[in-house]
Amino acid sequence: MIISLDHYLIVAALLFVIGSIGIFLNRRNVIVILMSIELLLLAVNINFVAFSQYLGDLTGQVFSLFVLTVAAAEAAIGLAILVVYFRNRGDISVGEAPLMKG
Amino acid sequence: MTSFYMPDFNLIFPEMLLAFSALLILMEGSFVKKRSFRRSVHYGLVALGLALFFLIFQNEVGQSWVTFEGQIKQDDFIFFAKALILLGSLGTLAMSLPSMMRENLTSFEYPPLILLATLGMLLMVEANDFIILFIGMEMQGLSLYVLAAFHRDHPRVSEAALKYFILGAFATGFFLYGVSLMYGFTGATNFDIVASVIRAESVNDLSLSLFVGLIFIMAALAFKVSAVPFHMWTPDVYQGCPTPITAFIGGVPKVAAMIVSLRLMMSPFLVLYGEWQSLMVFISAASMIVGAFAALQQTDLKRLLAYSAIGQMGYVLMGIASGNDEGIQSVFVYLSIYLVMFIGTFACLLSLKGKTPEGVQEVDDLKGISMLHPRLSFVLAVFMFSMAGIPPLAGFFAKLYVFKAAISAGLFYLAIIGGLTSVVAAYYYLKIVKVMYFDKLPETPSASHGQLLVLSPEIMVVLNVCAAIILVFFLFPNGMLELAQRAALALPI
Repeated sequence: MIISLDHYLIVAALLFVIGSIGIFLNRRNVIVILMSIELLLLAVNINFVAFSQYLGDLTGQVFSLFVLTVAAAEAAIGLAILVVYFRNRGDISVGEAPLMKG
Repeated sequence: MTSFYMPDFNLIFPEMLLAFSALLILMEGSFVKKRSFRRSVHYGLVALGLALFFLIFQNEVGQSWVTFEGQIKQDDFIFFAKALILLGSLGTLAMSLPSMMRENLTSFEYPPLILLATLGMLLMVEANDFIILFIGMEMQGLSLYVLAAFHRDHPRVSEAALKYFILGAFATGFFLYGVSLMYGFTGATNFDIVASVIRAESVNDLSLSLFVGLIFIMAALAFKVSAVPFHMWTPDVYQGCPTPITAFIGGVPKVAAMIVSLRLMMSPFLVLYGEWQSLMVFISAASMIVGAFAALQQTDLKRLLAYSAIGQMGYVLMGIASGNDEGIQSVFVYLSIYLVMFIGTFACLLSLKGKTPEGVQEVDDLKGISMLHPRLSFVLAVFMFSMAGIPPLAGFFAKLYVFKAAISAGLFYLAIIGGLTSVVAAYYYLKIVKVMYFDKLPETPSASHGQLLVLSPEIMVVLNVCAAIILVFFLFPNGMLELAQRAALALPI
């Protein structure tokens, strides 16, 4: 079987959907949400690299390097905020009695 | 071998200045023995002021440059956007100084974070390429997440910061996915090339990936400006964060994101106007309605202001939805006036002390303060009347131009919805005025109720300038309109 552009795009779309579901339907803890965010960004990277290969243009691959770098910075900040949250609340589960409503 | 051009560094001199001064302030904070928060903030103010000075000093009216291999652009539109962002950051940073000291949030990282966020916003508006736009958005986004979590020992603050971070990162994912589809369709990330490729296609066989990409990008931008289906983070972040930080997060970044939306919709995606207009109309109408009705039962002052901000963004989106020259001008006028009103309102809040050291929280904390502080209540009342759109204050003109643009584009029903929701919204703006002027001071005022803080010179300056602009705008609306006109001319509509 020849793996064409479509296959890559479908995989990326699936990963993106899984990531989105992980963010919104997840009722357990925040670490899973951070993992889902990484998944979203990786899905985007697959898209970029696949398109770049298909078009024979390097911009997409350069873009995916930028995305990787920023994803790392984002993970660092996300974990830092999570640590602060944990120190204040004592746990990191999601649905636990939010302090603000409305 | 391709020839190598030296990029024009002059054009990004203000940005370089901001980046270097952020690093310098960090170094100073880390290595100088006797550190002082006040001094760091003053350095930050000087850096922003110098950046603004060089920006204005270099600007040549009616010119348009592209540099860094077409990735960064400079024209009248971008010049005004950058000046607005720098002015906003300058005002917010100045007025936050005394209340940051009072809440004991005196880490020297604060001014560098503001500078880096400002730098990100400048990159966002001057980007001529999706890569630079992405870098700029992330630079301001990441700085804002850290700012939101700045009060480390408060559970409510960390919850707000976490929500902001998660939804922000999700929006980034959306944006990137949209850009990747856009790249797949056009084979480029440069705005000009994207625009020409889209234009070259006949509208009937535009591919699906282009539409999906457009929708994803619009969703991400709607998140950044807190328009309705993506507004969930706004009330929590406004309420949760310390007031001086809310004043920054809610003000300038939204203006920057709105300008980016305007620029994207009007230059690369203008050909798709027929496709995005109905979406924009929906987002705008929904924002105005939610902003008006959800704010009615709020008792928390900052939460109320958050819903009010959602509504105000709805009006701005109405200007974008009209998609014509008038629309661009009205968006510019609205954003400038909104920023002034927003900063002014928060300057009032920052100079009052409520029950807690965090300052005024509830609407009821304002009960009868007109007896104690007539001048401050007058100024706050002016901002509230202006937000409600009562003539002859500036907020009225902002709404007027937006409605005019919508009507000239044939969006009558949208203008009608705007008119009706602004009547509903007037209720809660006027309620604040009523609480200040007609409610009695509590019988046994707690020692701190409504007490005026020491009005620092920084807050006084910001407050007076904002109030003056709102009050006398109706005498000289033409100056602002001419600026907006020049900005609109720069967009290739």
